[in-house]
Amino acid sequence: MDYATLLQLLDSTLRLGTPLLLACLAGLYSERAGIFDIGLEGKMLMAAMSAGTVAAMTGNVWLGLLAAIAGSMIFAILHGIASITFRGNQLISGVALNFLASGITVLIAQALFGQGGRTPPLSGDGRFNPITLPFAEELQGVPILGPLYYEVISGHSFLVYLALATVPFTWWLLYRTRFGLRLRAVGENPASVDTAGVSVKGLRFAAVMITGILCGIAGAYMATALQAGFGREMTAGRGYIALAALIFAKWRPWQALGATMLFGFFQALALREDVVSGVLGFKVPVSLLDALPYVLTVLVLAGFVGKAIPPRAGGEPYVKER
Amino acid sequence: MDRIPRWADLVLVPLVSLALAAIISALVILAIGQDPMVALNTMVTGALGSPYGWGYTLYYTTSFIFTGLAVTIAFHAGLFNIGGEGQAQLGGLGVALVCLSLPWPHWTLALIAATAGAALFGAAWAAIPAYLQAKRGSHIVITTIMFNYIAAALMVFLLVNVLKPVGQSDPATARFPEGAKLPTLNQIPGFDLIFTKDVPANVTFLIALGMAAVVWALLWRTRLGFQIRAFGKSDAAARYAGINPFRIIMISMLISGGLAGMMAINNVMGEAERLVNNSASGAGFIGIAVALMGRNHPIGVVLAAVLFGFLFQGGAELGMWTKIPIELRTVVQGLVILFTGALDYMVRMMLARVFALLPAPAKGAA
Repeated sequence: MDYATLLQLLDSTLRLGTPLLLACLAGLYSERAGIFDIGLEGKMLMAAMSAGTVAAMTGNVWLGLLAAIAGSMIFAILHGIASITFRGNQLISGVALNFLASGITVLIAQALFGQGGRTPPLSGDGRFNPITLPFAEELQGVPILGPLYYEVISGHSFLVYLALATVPFTWWLLYRTRFGLRLRAVGENPASVDTAGVSVKGLRFAAVMITGILCGIAGAYMATALQAGFGREMTAGRGYIALAALIFAKWRPWQALGATMLFGFFQALALREDVVSGVLGFKVPVSLLDALPYVLTVLVLAGFVGKAIPPRAGGEPYVKER
Repeated sequence: MDRIPRWADLVLVPLVSLALAAIISALVILAIGQDPMVALNTMVTGALGSPYGWGYTLYYTTSFIFTGLAVTIAFHAGLFNIGGEGQAQLGGLGVALVCLSLPWPHWTLALIAATAGAALFGAAWAAIPAYLQAKRGSHIVITTIMFNYIAAALMVFLLVNVLKPVGQSDPATARFPEGAKLPTLNQIPGFDLIFTKDVPANVTFLIALGMAAVVWALLWRTRLGFQIRAFGKSDAAARYAGINPFRIIMISMLISGGLAGMMAINNVMGEAERLVNNSASGAGFIGIAVALMGRNHPIGVVLAAVLFGFLFQGGAELGMWTKIPIELRTVVQGLVILFTGALDYMVRMMLARVFALLPAPAKGAA
């Protein structure tokens, strides 16, 4: 494998890792506040459909992004009502919302466009187009780093850079603000937060809404940047892989970046049958390569996580003592 | 929280949940510009209006009983097995390997061997996530989901590269031998009085009902069943009582995977008579809704499976005769899981309000 191929792989890694990163950070807020969220997948799907639909109708990708966030938020609020207000089983609520999203996205897209559950292909202002970063062209001649900057770091859509910026922001919000301290506390020991006179339900709802926003951006990225339009089941398990990455990252933002980029790399490898066969020295069937990200996810969960301790109050509804 | 009578908890809560899911589905149908009453009519006529329709409804019911029981038994052990879909696909592989291995002289022999094959392969597919949960603490929900995707890729690989006969273009195995053909309900004495036309529902339906009874007996009439339920209620208490958590997680997941795999004797052996791609076609996931709707009790599971059989067959009719996409089934499935599994407290609270309005029975009355 030569340097050019490696750069291509890394470029795909960033492209494919971005939705995982956004979804993983989305899950981080929710789970740090003590609400398990299996429903990242459904929220992304809902957002992708909303983005594809609105961007196709208006030709404006920014309106598409807003629609995506709105669509994802509806599902986030439903999850909040089920798991915070009515103290329901959070895993089951997430699974239910995933099925709901899987069906309703096709229903809506079919009713609006009649193209077999897809939204029409997007182009021009209907998509987030690649941005060339400053000096990328000029620095291309610099050995090693020039092509790295030009091929891998530059030339992505706005949402990729937004996702990357969300990592330090999340770190700052969680570890350097009062809100972050309370959010983490509510996931570890909600009773203490309650005693301090802060609303447990309010904090948890805030966390779930942030999850909704980030899943919305992830879905918008899927439909308007990674691909040009919504297709049925287009998230293809990314919400679940993001959850696995979250566990791998032990619910911490910088580690989430590392974990999602690792899974992004697995996905990039799965697309390059020629590279994998070349490196291994024998032909690997494409269908088995498709399973690679999922197999590696299981391996990571099984072996390399070490001791991953989830937020202590995760999954348990808080009952205020009377 | 106000108490509601036990019968209301068992009967009214699922029914109210179902009604809520139905109302929202009707609103969805309205929202996409279709008529809910026409939809309901199409579904009832197509799925329940004739013995022929029932033949399809019961065929789907059979699969859902297996997958519903699979989810139920894992639930009782406190495990959420979302991997029924993959386990059912692997069960299909077991059935196909058994059926294609010998020129079976009679279907009864083939059925026994195929059932064993289906259960074995399904259980094997559940064994890895179970082991990882029991030994390494890997979250079983995520690993079973991953195993669904892995199973899908594995089946494509096996069908395209290994099992497909030479000269065939579609990714499927060869047709099973004549001796492995299961009798459909219209060929069974007694049932043939009702089912006059050829229907896909087959003898597996009776096996499914039998398995429901077996699961009931296992859970509530054996020592192992008690241990499974105790572990599911409180693993700390179960541990203290000397119940081995590794053993319970493994056994309950193996049974769960085996049941999901056994679904394949219905669809692969009884209907398709060869293994095709995506053979389980979502039935594994429907098991979750069936188990929740059936309140994790085998009788409830059978009833809920009939309901989802109706929904599945009716949904297919909708796709055929109306402009409503077949995905409406997935929406209803999601709504049922949401209301019966996650919002059951809301439904109970609503019912408690209603019961509070009724005149209270005298204290101490039986």
